[in-house]
Amino acid sequence: MTAVFLGIPTAPAGVGHLRGDRPFPDAARDALRDGQLRANLGHATTTIRGKRAGVVAEVPDWAQLREAGRALKAATMARLDEHLEELERQVTARGGTVHWARDATEANEIVTRLVQATGADEVVKVKSMATQEIGLNEALEAAGITALETDLAELIVQLGEDRPSHILVPAIHKNRAEIREIFARTIPGVDPGLTDDPRRLAMAAREHLRERFLRARVAVSGANFAVAETGTLAVVESEGNGRMCLTLPQTLITVMGIEKVVPAWRDLEVFLQLLPRSSTGERMNPYTSLWAGVTPGDGPQEFHLVLLDNGRTAVLADEVGREALHCIRCSACLNVCPVYERTGGHAYGSVYPGPIGAVLSPQLTGVEDNASLPYASSLCGACYDVCPVAIDIPSILVHLRAEHVEAQTRTTPEAAAFRALSKAMSSPRLWRLAQRATGLGRFLARGRPTLPATLPPPASAWTRTRDLPTPPRETFTQAWAREHGSQEGRA
Amino acid sequence: MSARDEVLGRIRTALGPDRRPPAEVARGYRTTDDRPLPELLDVLADRLEDYRARVLRCAPDAVGATVAAALDAGLGAGWAAADVVVAPGVPEAWRPAGSTEDDGRPAVGLTAFAATLTGVTVAVAETGTLVLDASPVCGRRALSLLPDCLVCVVTADQVVGGVPEGLARLDPLRPLTLISGPSATSDIELQRVEGVHGPRTLLVVLASD
Repeated sequence: MTAVFLGIPTAPAGVGHLRGDRPFPDAARDALRDGQLRANLGHATTTIRGKRAGVVAEVPDWAQLREAGRALKAATMARLDEHLEELERQVTARGGTVHWARDATEANEIVTRLVQATGADEVVKVKSMATQEIGLNEALEAAGITALETDLAELIVQLGEDRPSHILVPAIHKNRAEIREIFARTIPGVDPGLTDDPRRLAMAAREHLRERFLRARVAVSGANFAVAETGTLAVVESEGNGRMCLTLPQTLITVMGIEKVVPAWRDLEVFLQLLPRSSTGERMNPYTSLWAGVTPGDGPQEFHLVLLDNGRTAVLADEVGREALHCIRCSACLNVCPVYERTGGHAYGSVYPGPIGAVLSPQLTGVEDNASLPYASSLCGACYDVCPVAIDIPSILVHLRAEHVEAQTRTTPEAAAFRALSKAMSSPRLWRLAQRATGLGRFLARGRPTLPATLPPPASAWTRTRDLPTPPRETFTQAWAREHGSQEGRA
Repeated sequence: MSARDEVLGRIRTALGPDRRPPAEVARGYRTTDDRPLPELLDVLADRLEDYRARVLRCAPDAVGATVAAALDAGLGAGWAAADVVVAPGVPEAWRPAGSTEDDGRPAVGLTAFAATLTGVTVAVAETGTLVLDASPVCGRRALSLLPDCLVCVVTADQVVGGVPEGLARLDPLRPLTLISGPSATSDIELQRVEGVHGPRTLLVVLASD
């Protein structure tokens, strides 16, 4: 059963950042030519892989935690409507206001209206994938409201007028020298002697944002988890920018994808172990903030929770693909992916890059709007191995490829080739003829172990990115016949 | 139709009419830690220091003097007690003489202080995590956020082994802050740098017999 058949809409086009303007292979080709990018990514992903492996290895019950995480997410999705209704009741009972948004456009309208109601023309933001996804900053800007990213990496991206390229470390594609250059160019009054020492760069960000935190009246955040039974929201972070935003302003607006709900308080004991170790490779991230509604005398006195669909229910309708909704946004799959490590995140077009992005983005938008992403993988399975909630990403990729193929109304060269192959393999006579025809390959290879990459089209579509081994001198059937003296083809 | 009804309707459509009850979640992971308390205290101290917090251990009756020593380490000798703000529920014996009790002034006013002194509600040994729950001894959230140096007193009875035991002791309706080391970032080349927006110095006074 698919969402299209059931009439469940996917994320609308023209708003937000789920679609690239080029297919993945074209964007990847450019990225691969950027030596600096590849060096930065290679360095960063190697570092984080090592850290993650170290802190995961010291947990003796990691496999049990991972299984519990998977099972909890599956159980949550099976009763998603009930958990959301309970969350709404609990948040409301504790003084919060819950809003529902069908899609990005509606969520942006809700947040803009809420900010306007406070009279503020500036908001401070905690790093949030959901607000990146819906293009909230652009929507606020169009309404004359300045959105200030406060996470260091998001700030780097915002100041550099760049796009995020990683779920956890959006500026992973920039090295320290490039970051220093951005700060020196864009931060007013920055110390001209600023060096590229990461500590000095972090201090420059602290000074730049300090006053803004203190004067902010409205903050916008995402949420890592929301507990249905208690109405408790959780934001997991490192720098303290999250605490600043969640604590100091008068008004807090949290935008959360509907799949982030967890049923019970106790469930956090699983996810608060799985997430930090998978994400930053720490036993625990420096700061986790949890709050339920409004607390008199402590923190924002006005709290709004915006529950966002934007294609998630369409993903839920696919029994195989819905597992992508289990993602807790740790980014471990990006860091181990041989494709991501070489192309970086921008090539994926969507704010969700890497293996999880390759299964999530096409489902949120409908596979035809991100048709190249299910193929942006070698299916090596490293992503599945590290996923803290055991999302079987390779199987979903294959499932989406099949969906894409089935959706084709015109015959593709690939479909024609497989039809011809099917015919040849159904007839011993045609099969032998086809095997003999491979002798042509030996002629083209001229003694080399693989065929040349520059075959004429349509063969080039295959050989451009793959080594095609030179066909052997004789087939197995021929060798058998020669050595055993039986007639060719009798077997 | 309201957005609420429409989104809930889509979920019900997506899940279909014949929903099976979700499978029971097997919680095969550790939910208790049988290690003796002295060992847990050692683990806690080790994990805190691994993330660049300073740990000062003392007997329960020496907390006041150890807090002073912690402030020496955090602010440099010669700090003024007037620069230290304490959570309202912090016992008198822990407080430096002449320190200021948080009076609920606008949060911005807390930036005038160099250091904060609070207690905690739970400490998780395995992850080196302190939990503040906005109770009087922990103070409101801004208190442990704005001054640049944070001193937390942990008593032995507050220390548990792992995350499940820690969360079980908390009230999910209170504003909670889990603190594991000083503020940090790994955003530049994934190299960890301590000290961004939160307190750059975290000192833990660990009191046990």
